[in-house]
Amino acid sequence: MPNFIDKAVGNLPGHLSVYGKRSSLLASNIANANTPGYKARDIDFRAALAQAGGEQMALKTTRGNHIANSGPGLSSPEVLYRTPLQPSLDGNTVDSQQEKARFTENAIRYQSTLTFLNGKFKGLKLAIKGE
Amino acid sequence: MSLFNIFNISGSAMSAESLRLNTTASNLANAQSIGSSEATTYHARSPVFAAMMQSMQGDDASFGVEVKGVVESTAPLEKRYQPEHPMADKEGYVFLPNVNTVDEMANMISASRAYQSNVEVLNTSKQLMMATLRLGQ
Repeated sequence: MPNFIDKAVGNLPGHLSVYGKRSSLLASNIANANTPGYKARDIDFRAALAQAGGEQMALKTTRGNHIANSGPGLSSPEVLYRTPLQPSLDGNTVDSQQEKARFTENAIRYQSTLTFLNGKFKGLKLAIKGE
Repeated sequence: MSLFNIFNISGSAMSAESLRLNTTASNLANAQSIGSSEATTYHARSPVFAAMMQSMQGDDASFGVEVKGVVESTAPLEKRYQPEHPMADKEGYVFLPNVNTVDEMANMISASRAYQSNVEVLNTSKQLMMATLRLGQ
């Protein structure tokens, strides 16, 4: 991809992948709302996005034959266990109302990132066509 | 793509919840099935759920639901003296299933709500994927 497209798009694709991972985690929480002993999990979102946004985590390449490494940020955000508000007797820590709310919130964030991306693409198209 | 995972996760949860609804239906249907001995009388059934790992790619370990099996309740059966009943044993007793109707109704509502929320999750993920596919158009 030409450099200018990468620059215009920025970190948005990375955000999308974090949101995608998070939605799959939240979906497993909702799916296991009735499974005894299941512990609800989530991503520390701020930390994941900070890692996704910052380049300080990446390894520096000083020679031409070094392999670029984007660091741990996006590909593997840290998965943590949720602190239960109301733990149940069977060891399950899913609060399905909370999980649903978070899933919806995550979906909206995903969609807003898509909207931003779409806007970027529209801007690029406009610049290319010059109309 | 992790959104594809959700189809497996929510799908497994939906099948598990519908199995739970199935056992509830059979329990309620057999709530009055009288038997003539402890062994031949219907016992309330319930499924055992367990988390099942969907993918093993690094930290992206998401869990679906697996039904480990269906177990029969070990609660004691009700023994009723009814010597005129055709299924009564030698001493004149019949056995009633250990189905707790109130429990089963609560179970039914819980299962149907859980099923609904999984459908919701599935629909939302589908919409997100479609929106991603339409990106840039």
